[in-house]
Amino acid sequence: MDWKQADYTGWGRALSARGEIARPERRMALAGLDAAPAFGMRRSYGDAALNAGGRAIDMTRLDRLLGFVPETGVLSVEAGARIGDLAQAFAPRGWLPAVMPGTGFATVGGCIAQDVHGKNHHHAGSFGAHVSEITLLQGGTEITVEPGTALFRATVGGLGQTGVIVAAKLRLTACKGDVVLVTERRARDWNEHVALLDGSTATYTVGWIDATATGKALGRGIVEEGETGAGLVRRREKARRVPMDAPNFALSAPVVHLFNRAYYGRVPARGRTLVKPIGDFFFPLDKIHDWNRLYGKRGFHQFQCVVPLAAAPALREMLAEIATSGLASPLAVLKRMGPGRAGFLSFPMEGYTLAVDFPNREAARTLIARLEDRTADAGGRLYFAKDALARGAQIRAMYPELSDWQAEVGRVDPDRRYETDLVRRLKLRSA
Amino acid sequence: METWILLGATSAIARAFARRLAAEGATLFLAGRDEAELEAIAADCRLRGAAGAEVLAFDARDPAGYPALIGRLAAQEGVLNAASFVGSMPEQTAIDAEPRLIAGVIADSFTGPATFLQMLAPLLEARGTGTIVGIGSVAGDRGRLGNYVYGAAKAGFATYLSGLRNRCGRKGVHVLTVKPGPVDTSMTWGMKMPFMTSPEAVAADIARAVKHRRNVIYSAPIWRLVMAVIRLIPEPVFKKMSF
Repeated sequence: MDWKQADYTGWGRALSARGEIARPERRMALAGLDAAPAFGMRRSYGDAALNAGGRAIDMTRLDRLLGFVPETGVLSVEAGARIGDLAQAFAPRGWLPAVMPGTGFATVGGCIAQDVHGKNHHHAGSFGAHVSEITLLQGGTEITVEPGTALFRATVGGLGQTGVIVAAKLRLTACKGDVVLVTERRARDWNEHVALLDGSTATYTVGWIDATATGKALGRGIVEEGETGAGLVRRREKARRVPMDAPNFALSAPVVHLFNRAYYGRVPARGRTLVKPIGDFFFPLDKIHDWNRLYGKRGFHQFQCVVPLAAAPALREMLAEIATSGLASPLAVLKRMGPGRAGFLSFPMEGYTLAVDFPNREAARTLIARLEDRTADAGGRLYFAKDALARGAQIRAMYPELSDWQAEVGRVDPDRRYETDLVRRLKLRSA
Repeated sequence: METWILLGATSAIARAFARRLAAEGATLFLAGRDEAELEAIAADCRLRGAAGAEVLAFDARDPAGYPALIGRLAAQEGVLNAASFVGSMPEQTAIDAEPRLIAGVIADSFTGPATFLQMLAPLLEARGTGTIVGIGSVAGDRGRLGNYVYGAAKAGFATYLSGLRNRCGRKGVHVLTVKPGPVDTSMTWGMKMPFMTSPEAVAADIARAVKHRRNVIYSAPIWRLVMAVIRLIPEPVFKKMSF
């Protein structure tokens, strides 16, 4: 049996779909399937991986490393391989994926289709900047796509609309070893936080922001700077699993407030430097499998926007609105982005990006709608990998190269065989 | 240095087991029919630490090619090990429509791998070491409505492995029988089954059992209990049950 009926969701579990899923274990089996959109580990929060009432292909069993050239650092790999797996396999040999998103469970195919960014975006640009070839399956035929073509720009960040991403060649980046020297500093308020991010010269930089702190403490957090190195640290502890959907009070305002205070307070006032296994630094939440269940049955949303450098005050206003709402979850992220983007629909722009989780409640959805308006006013952009709530016209206006993308996608998939719930909800291909 | 030959190396369980062996630095011979797939798996194993990974053609229904494979293995120094993952399970309704399909099921799941292991055993015995892993099935523990031809083949293979263990154990060669319950692979895709486990979990169980020289394991382990109960059901009752 190729296709089975299933209910499935995005990572946020607020949106779901019922449809037919195939999960080929061989390339031949994949090529024999009717055209349908593909997904990997479904770590996009909303409906980027969903196709309700239609078919979708689960790529997670096609996850093999196909070749590596040590002279150039180019790794050939199947789309279902997970970034964390690649890091684990190659860091001891002195190589890392050049860009790694916040979860190691993201697949190579997903990283390409969302043109993800990492803690080094300000230097390295987005994931697509390090892809030297993509193998696409378009209706039973495999083609290779090279950088510099319109099809490449439409595929990178292209939400899977140009065909099934089967494999890719990635230029890995040299690293000194499989541990990270992490310097953690307290940022007492917004201005200090932004200043620390602006002034950071580290390879990897990220700010954990306490989105519950208000008044003078607004914007406080921990700025983490990391460099890879060689060393001996204890292996990561065994991953734990969230065994069931948590009750609604698990992430209620008082709990989150206490957690954030403790998280801030655990870093001494003068800062500290630690040595961590790479996984602990790059994928801190991966140690808790299925952590999305902490938000209970109703699921959750992540709001993520990026605004231009000059719009930092507008971002501060957004954070103030979030902090006073009492709706935010632990560990929001603030980061300075560089200009690097590799596709027509890539999210990054030079500026600051803020990501905050909210439980899926009416009040939170209303707040997110206001934050989206503020993002639009600030000349910013929302992220398709996180979005579940945006309004089509507003988000489409944030992507100036949308029409280039539409032209290319319309050319290679005129019958709309790869459309997903997200593409339909936001009318990305029709408007 | 450990060398392993995996028969039916494109199966999901074999792939998971091959990755474990690769990470330990073993030399791998990946045997099967789908050469392109096997090459991809071999590349994956080499990049994950295997000392070597070579693709060999193996067809459970064509023993003519076996002597050449044995010859290739004989040229390999050190400890030799083998694991058979081959098997096929057509729908019972397809067999009802074409009973001659039975020959293929028996060849894939029993006589093919048994013939190969029978040729290989003297080589391991001569070296006085090594492990043979055979994948049976809980379906072999009792014939039931939905898959009794497959079950019969796996039962035959399990009995063969039991005898092989009896024979080889005296010469320092260990034989492990693995009886997986339902495993989340393309073979069970879309079927509703209890106590489903993952290929990675079965591979981990096999690795542990090889290390501890276990004789017969179930994976997931709960199936040992479940099958013990099912075997106890008296035939007059069992023949009226359908599950």
